[in-house]
Amino acid sequence: MKRVLVFALPLLAFLALAVLFLSRIGENSDALPTALAGKPLPAFSLPSLDGGTVTQADLKGPLLLNVWGTWCPSCYDEHPYLLELARQGVVIVGLNYKDEVPAARDFLVRLGSPYRQVIVDAEGTLGLDLGVYGAPETFVIDAQGRVLHRVTGVVTPENFAAEIAPLLKPAAEGSAP
Amino acid sequence: MMHRLVATLVLLFAAVCARAENFDVYPFESQDEEARFERLTHELRCPKCQNQSIADSNAPIAQDLRKRTYELVREGRSDDEVVSYLKERYGEFITYKPAFNAVTSLLWGGPFLLLAVVVVVLLLRRRRLAAASGTDVVAPVPVQAPDPRQVRDILARYDEEDRR
Repeated sequence: MKRVLVFALPLLAFLALAVLFLSRIGENSDALPTALAGKPLPAFSLPSLDGGTVTQADLKGPLLLNVWGTWCPSCYDEHPYLLELARQGVVIVGLNYKDEVPAARDFLVRLGSPYRQVIVDAEGTLGLDLGVYGAPETFVIDAQGRVLHRVTGVVTPENFAAEIAPLLKPAAEGSAP
Repeated sequence: MMHRLVATLVLLFAAVCARAENFDVYPFESQDEEARFERLTHELRCPKCQNQSIADSNAPIAQDLRKRTYELVREGRSDDEVVSYLKERYGEFITYKPAFNAVTSLLWGGPFLLLAVVVVVLLLRRRRLAAASGTDVVAPVPVQAPDPRQVRDILARYDEEDRR
């Protein structure tokens, strides 16, 4: 019995670790939950790409706040799906993060814009207040302007269905009188 | 010899410059401020490159966080205020010294838990061994006196090998 245990225990420990590590393969290892979940958007006042000014009061959802930049390769990968979502009626506000305004304009003219509005955060100050640490990142904002959730990395049909769509729906019902 | 020495010094200087160039230089009013900035940036974790502090990393986000830390220190905020400022935005993750709460309890308590398990296992083992040795293991093993004939034989064999 003891001899069996001596061999079986390390083997079992090894198998448990192997299963743990295997299950983590392909998972987004630097996904972090947002520290702002349930809290209102931080106060800000920034220019928009079309020349106006945007503040936190303008962002009443349900909407997606998508952090992007023309310097970010994954943003190009994500862009067609954002266009698709916008066509389906999802409201997306862009946060052009640490980018050049002419480059951002050119990107949207060339590839089409999925955004209702684009906030220009050239210095990354709003990004820092939101806890942004890369692009793309997408925040789900409810009707009261609160942050519900963040997706780090590309929005895909999979994580949209799993993480975003359920949050948009009750929010949409809640906002209807 | 002299040439080589000069060349070495020049290369050394160039290496130092190349390294310094990567990092921004922040002017401080006092040594205390600078020391606090150094300590804080080593204590804060870069969210992009998770195994580096924001002092070590040169990711753009680490640069931004260093800049903000600098600004906050210069504004006269205390260490706690700086850390909680960043925690509000980036979560508990941002610090290498997370506060003790429900989520981090395993992180803080884990090593002690493991130690307790090891101690318990060792104590149980000791008790079992003690119980076992109490009965029969300690009984002295009788030492047999060597057989003189055998000893002579062995010695004779060695002598023979020596002679060859």
